[in-house]
Amino acid sequence: MRSSSLADADDLLTSAIGGASMATLARPVALRRPSRAARREAIEGLLYISPFLLGFLIFTAYPMIASLYLSFTKYNILNPPTWIGLENYQEAFFNDEQFWNSLRRTGVFALLNVTLGILGSLGAALLLNQRFRGTTVFRTFFFLPSITPIIASALLWVWIYQPTIGLLNYLLGMIGIQGPAWLQSTSWAIPSVAIVSLWGTIGGTRMIIFLAALQAVPQEMYDAAHIDGAGAWRRFVSITLPLISPTMFFNVVLTIIGSLSVFSLAYIATGGGPNYATYFYVYHLYKNAFEFSRMGYAAAMAWLFFLLILVLTLVQFRFSNRWVYYAGADTHEEVKDAK
Amino acid sequence: MRSSALVLPGGQAVRQRARTLSRARSGAVYYTAVAIVSVFFMGPFIWTVLSSLKDASEITTFPPTFLPRVLHFENYIYAWTKVPFLNFYINSLTVTVLAVVGQTASATLVAYGFARFRFPLRNVFFMLVLATLMVPWEVTIVPSFLLFRFLGWLDTLTPLIVPHWFGGGPFFIFLMRQFFLTIPRDFDEAAKIDGANSLQILWHVLVPLCRPAITSVAIFSFLFHWNAFIEPLIFLNSPEKFTISLGMRYFQTIPMEAGEPKDHLLMAGTIIMVVPCVALFFFAQRYFVRGIVLSGLKG
Repeated sequence: MRSSSLADADDLLTSAIGGASMATLARPVALRRPSRAARREAIEGLLYISPFLLGFLIFTAYPMIASLYLSFTKYNILNPPTWIGLENYQEAFFNDEQFWNSLRRTGVFALLNVTLGILGSLGAALLLNQRFRGTTVFRTFFFLPSITPIIASALLWVWIYQPTIGLLNYLLGMIGIQGPAWLQSTSWAIPSVAIVSLWGTIGGTRMIIFLAALQAVPQEMYDAAHIDGAGAWRRFVSITLPLISPTMFFNVVLTIIGSLSVFSLAYIATGGGPNYATYFYVYHLYKNAFEFSRMGYAAAMAWLFFLLILVLTLVQFRFSNRWVYYAGADTHEEVKDAK
Repeated sequence: MRSSALVLPGGQAVRQRARTLSRARSGAVYYTAVAIVSVFFMGPFIWTVLSSLKDASEITTFPPTFLPRVLHFENYIYAWTKVPFLNFYINSLTVTVLAVVGQTASATLVAYGFARFRFPLRNVFFMLVLATLMVPWEVTIVPSFLLFRFLGWLDTLTPLIVPHWFGGGPFFIFLMRQFFLTIPRDFDEAAKIDGANSLQILWHVLVPLCRPAITSVAIFSFLFHWNAFIEPLIFLNSPEKFTISLGMRYFQTIPMEAGEPKDHLLMAGTIIMVVPCVALFFFAQRYFVRGIVLSGLKG
């Protein structure tokens, strides 16, 4: 008991002094042999993060490596995998027309979903950021679709999209427009799925994150620009956009990843149809893995998908310094904390 | 802005009136815009509720009726009994409760480790946490499926629960860590002087201070597991194991006897599924906003 409290006092002193000196002389201290207390702290810290490390190894690292191996094999679960080299990749690139077609459809969907999703969320956040009464009520209205289970949103929209008895075409008919068959039309199926997706995401976390960023923009900047004669649009472009650009970047990166993963909505609402119109990349992957039992090919598709996301994300990070503005980046917590 | 630029010889009173007028006009524009957007977001819910209260013949009439002629509340009972909804509900609750508890607890422990301890490679490991954001489920699904098959977990609720006990995912670790970093270390140090070990500090000092963040994590985790569709779809086979998402899908695909349309029942089922989410939202509205802001802003 006594010795442990002594050790704790030692611990405390070391960390207090060590902390102070590390802040001022980062390098020399780091080079010194770690004290007993520091070693204990390191062990404890590693123990606390061990669930993550274990989970990472079992549920991320191992599957990714196994996936890479499987992608060079032919494997239908019943028989052991047989090595076929690059055949899966060759098939994807040269023989499987659905590979490229599904990728193209996913690209079209992502383009719609990212552009309209970002603009929509930003627009909704701008609306809620105005000083009018009742914004909390409207925020609730905007937000509710985002917590609706995806199966429920899909079913609900299938019902609204019904070409003959659906609400949407009825309303369009009232203003003299003959509505399309929506989910049942090959040309309208992707936009229709995108509308459901936008309905479920525009007012969700993305909007709240934009809203918080907008509220963090100092009012004095607007006032000063106002005095200098800047109009509303000018103020938005010259003050708001640069100041919320880190948030914009964060939202764009995550929305792109999310859009490329589109699957459930199509699976529930259209079954990939009509005539493959909403047969997206992940749908193709899912079918190969779990309906055709072509695990090797699905693994190859999974790795190509990961590479696509990786490249897209890295490219965005690479070009982010051209448009993302970090105000006071040097006071960021990471820097203070990095010691 | 336009009105204040107008400097009329009439002076104060005229300018005042011009300002009020323009304020009223922009108010009208504002509320019209917000109302249109609200209709887009709320309309589908309202239409679903209305449809769920119509009978089989009214739901297929054209032009559609807006309000049901007679309110058929019994649709909800039919929907509930047509498929084993209670069973689906219990399965979903089991998964959700176990996963939420494990996920919240493990995200808290891991975040505590990252926020309060110095150890080699800490920043590398934290980057690893963030990097997992770039690994969507599709990338790992095939080997995960094979792993669960090897473990005999397929067609059980286990693969929907246990993986979430290991760290709880990058978003939640990040959110909790951000929150820990806002709490001054003086609190920890004071408890340490009193002889508390690190687990006691976490439990008695930090957890009470972090209650809002922990609640946010628990709520998001609840929604995630309650709404999950893909994992149950891939890992479950037999209807008695189905969670509510899969149950709805099953409901959508089963043929109805006597060629009767069942869309009103499907709509009733949809509402039954949505209710817990909406209820949770109204109970804990402020935690949603706070949680999102914490996890998103400092990214």
